[in-house]
Amino acid sequence: MVKKKKFPYKPFVFVACLLPACWLVYGVFTGLLGANPIEAVLRDLGDWALRFLLLGLAISPIRRIIGWAWVMRYRRMIGLFAFFYAFMHLSIYIGVDQFFDWPTIWKDIVKRPYITIGMAAVLALVPLAVTSPKTMVRKLGGARWKALHKLVYPIAIAGVVHFFLLVKADIREPLIYGAILAFLLGERLYRRLPTRGFARSS
Amino acid sequence: MLIKKTIASDPKSFEITSRSTYLKRRDFLKGGAALAGAMMFPWSLQAALPKKIPNLVKSPFSTDEPVNKYDDVTGYNNFYEFGTGKSDPYSNSGDFKSRPWSVTVDGLCDKPGQLDIEDLMSKFQQEERIYRMRCVEAWSMVIPWVGVQLSSILNKFEPNSKAKYVEFTTLVDPEQFPGQKYPIIPWPYREGLRMDEAMHPLTVMATGIFGEELPPQNGAPLRLVVPWKYGFKGIKSIVRIRFVEKQPVSTWMTAGPNEYGFYANVNPEVDHPRWSQAKERRIGEFLRRPTLPFNGYGEEVADLYKGMDLRKFF
Repeated sequence: MVKKKKFPYKPFVFVACLLPACWLVYGVFTGLLGANPIEAVLRDLGDWALRFLLLGLAISPIRRIIGWAWVMRYRRMIGLFAFFYAFMHLSIYIGVDQFFDWPTIWKDIVKRPYITIGMAAVLALVPLAVTSPKTMVRKLGGARWKALHKLVYPIAIAGVVHFFLLVKADIREPLIYGAILAFLLGERLYRRLPTRGFARSS
Repeated sequence: MLIKKTIASDPKSFEITSRSTYLKRRDFLKGGAALAGAMMFPWSLQAALPKKIPNLVKSPFSTDEPVNKYDDVTGYNNFYEFGTGKSDPYSNSGDFKSRPWSVTVDGLCDKPGQLDIEDLMSKFQQEERIYRMRCVEAWSMVIPWVGVQLSSILNKFEPNSKAKYVEFTTLVDPEQFPGQKYPIIPWPYREGLRMDEAMHPLTVMATGIFGEELPPQNGAPLRLVVPWKYGFKGIKSIVRIRFVEKQPVSTWMTAGPNEYGFYANVNPEVDHPRWSQAKERRIGEFLRRPTLPFNGYGEEVADLYKGMDLRKFF
């Protein structure tokens, strides 16, 4: 039997996920990011890290609710992009915004909960990114791998809390992210409700 | 063929072209159209372009530091009445009307009344004051303000001896201020100064920037400038000035009591709870620079706060 060649969507998705970063690079060199480009880059990278985190968390609910199984193929890539944007966000904060002013950065980490939480979230993403290849699933064993990757739930919560704590007065945007996250996590909790479990088994 | 007579009051061609260099890139076409329109219908020019303020005198209080770019000063603003994004004030202020405009001045004074913007522009000497502006968010700019020393305005209304503070209030009009449709901070925006702060020679009621009348996003038609305090003390689009006995409660004091105090003097030693105030990024520069006590105006104003614990009165 001849296997039908699948249309290679993945490279397109990859390029699409990279577009926000390309825009930022373009914006920096053309001055389109306004008066404070460092702040603009920092904010945008943080926004995209959160968006990709939420998108990654939306994959399995999409499969379960809408029934699109094919989205699962993109979960790893989206998760890695979440890590990429979060890591760039932290790197720009350390290397550009603070320009490696370690004493100030250390004070920020100790004194300011939103920095502490944000930094912890990015660091917690590292083991998830490292263990993302399929070979790592085999090495760790499915159960342990799954347990490790449950870390993404507290990481996403930390990301939204980080955003919520840093805004001055206008909490509308962090609330939107919070509502989406609450839905995505709520859907998972709902599936585990004992009453629903009984109903299904009867 | 259109024959254009030259009138003395017509804007000179060099005035028009110099203005065009200020225009934002994305405004270039709009500006070009306005320019073309202005050449055919010169009387439309007033509405199309901000007016120059005549007979400016320079102030000895001005800094000689390099001034920030016009685009940055008018495109990167905190003016929540137009939206909370930094470019929202620029983008959402197209319909704002700064004329006619008058300010009610009342409270503990002997001659309460109205301050009309046209009177303010014509009966008071307009000065250019180039000041540093330090935002509470740890960025700063150098801005060539045009304005009138606040004391000379306040004295006309003869505040009496009971007046200890001055309270300022911004216009409320959600039609013109789309940001006011949401209770992001309590409207109207309010600010206050102690009497001696308000009467200090550095304190200015600004009517313009870069030699022209204030654009809406910078607080048209008149806004407060207190260069040794964080930028949010510089209340914009003022409609009321009131002499009071008790310390007024400012909008940011209500919105975040442990984050914003009444005095809000620039102080590198007292951090905002959520970020350090030790350094600032001057817009246009890469590295952060150290923040100076009283934003570098300590020599002029430190005496006002002698004996006060500036950690307590932040």
